[in-house]
Amino acid sequence: MPDKPRLTREQIAQRAALELPDGAYVNLGFGIPNLIAAHLPKNVEVYFHSENGILGMGRRAIPGEEDLDLVDAMKVPVTLIPGASFFHQADAHLMTRGGHLDVAVLGGFQVSEKGDLANWKIPGAKGPGAIGGAMDIAAGAKKLIVCMEHTTKEGAPKIVRECTYPLTGLACVDTVITDLAVIDVNHAGLMLREVAPGWSIEEVQKLTGAPLMTLGRAPEIKFD
Amino acid sequence: MVDDASRMVLARISGELADCRTPRPHTGTASGTIRETMGHKVYSSLDLAVEDIPDGARIMFGGFGGAGFPNNLIQALSQRGIKDITAISNNCGTKDGELGVMFKHHQVRHVIASFPGPNSNYFQEQFAAREVTLELVPQGILCERMRAAAAGLQGFYTTVGVGTEVAKGKEERVIGGKRCILEMPIHADYALIKAEKSDELGNLTYRLAARNFNPIMAMAAATTIVEVDEIVPIGAIPPEHVVTPAIFVHRIVQAKGVRYA
Repeated sequence: MPDKPRLTREQIAQRAALELPDGAYVNLGFGIPNLIAAHLPKNVEVYFHSENGILGMGRRAIPGEEDLDLVDAMKVPVTLIPGASFFHQADAHLMTRGGHLDVAVLGGFQVSEKGDLANWKIPGAKGPGAIGGAMDIAAGAKKLIVCMEHTTKEGAPKIVRECTYPLTGLACVDTVITDLAVIDVNHAGLMLREVAPGWSIEEVQKLTGAPLMTLGRAPEIKFD
Repeated sequence: MVDDASRMVLARISGELADCRTPRPHTGTASGTIRETMGHKVYSSLDLAVEDIPDGARIMFGGFGGAGFPNNLIQALSQRGIKDITAISNNCGTKDGELGVMFKHHQVRHVIASFPGPNSNYFQEQFAAREVTLELVPQGILCERMRAAAAGLQGFYTTVGVGTEVAKGKEERVIGGKRCILEMPIHADYALIKAEKSDELGNLTYRLAARNFNPIMAMAAATTIVEVDEIVPIGAIPPEHVVTPAIFVHRIVQAKGVRYA
């Protein structure tokens, strides 16, 4: 079972892009979420928000086009789309925290069956960790999607009954998209919506640390 | 926008301030009349703009993602040999850059930050050696705590961080059915910020996303010192384009093209 192909990071991002409604205001976090912008369906236009004070962030700048005063939250030079605006960091987080963004997508180390998220510090890792905007985003986004691998490098489930890593927020995650599955968090627990091509519900359950519910079936993930 | 009568009053006020603050008249290109009446905030050098900041001061530093850092003021402050400061900033420098130089020279004792950063090697070493202490704050809450200080608010309740390490030791209560924690204002003695343009009164504009933390820190600190690319005469910035009003700005220094950074 571990030898079966899983989704690549790009494919996780490609599947997550399908969750963004046309016209939505969207914040993308570090890691896999940052890859989503390149996979938007052609008929969908969204407004990307950056916590350093940009709405309407466009594609990454190409060589020669970079302006170091115009960077995203990962310090990467970017461009703007028509209709973009700038504002200071407090207003940027007023948007994340105050429920003004339609969708936020964050990376994750662990997600619990109650939708708790841990994504800012690995226990035992050197240094104090770094929170950045994650806690504000987790607390306030209308819809929070987490993109991550389904298991750790050692094969341990990252979807668990209780997070053991330092928490980012309680009961904040709505949907988890991994290299094996699309899972919604609802009041009763985790609902398996889709599985990776070639994977069964039972195989995904075996690599998940909390019980998965289904509607009797879970179709394979498609990318369009 | 300043009529002659107001200008005379301002001239008198600036004269009084000049007596107690030993101003460093700007030697730039603005008209003489305006310089004499309004120029008391304009400093002729980076060194003079930071020369009275004492050891142990609480200092906010603007900037995010390499943009909008007051790098020249930081260099001037570091070269002066200041020590034991509390630094309030989003991160802890990028190698020798930004705040990195102050950690390199062991000038920081305590940090309030949200994202120390993977390239803040001097900070990371000194944190590991317990030479520097850190209060880690969610980024938006860092902004709001500074804004509370600016606004004369004594604190606020938020759902951000509930149930996490940042809630430790903080008062918790339920408001509107939601668990919340009490967050307190962050005050500072000084803010060192970067803007694109200032007029001689201290009205500021910022370039692109180099705005970030700068306007918030300008409002929160007792004394705000801004380095700019260009100082322009009063009236040269249309009032509706001003992002930080001059009331929040105390010292202005032209930094572009000078010897630091």
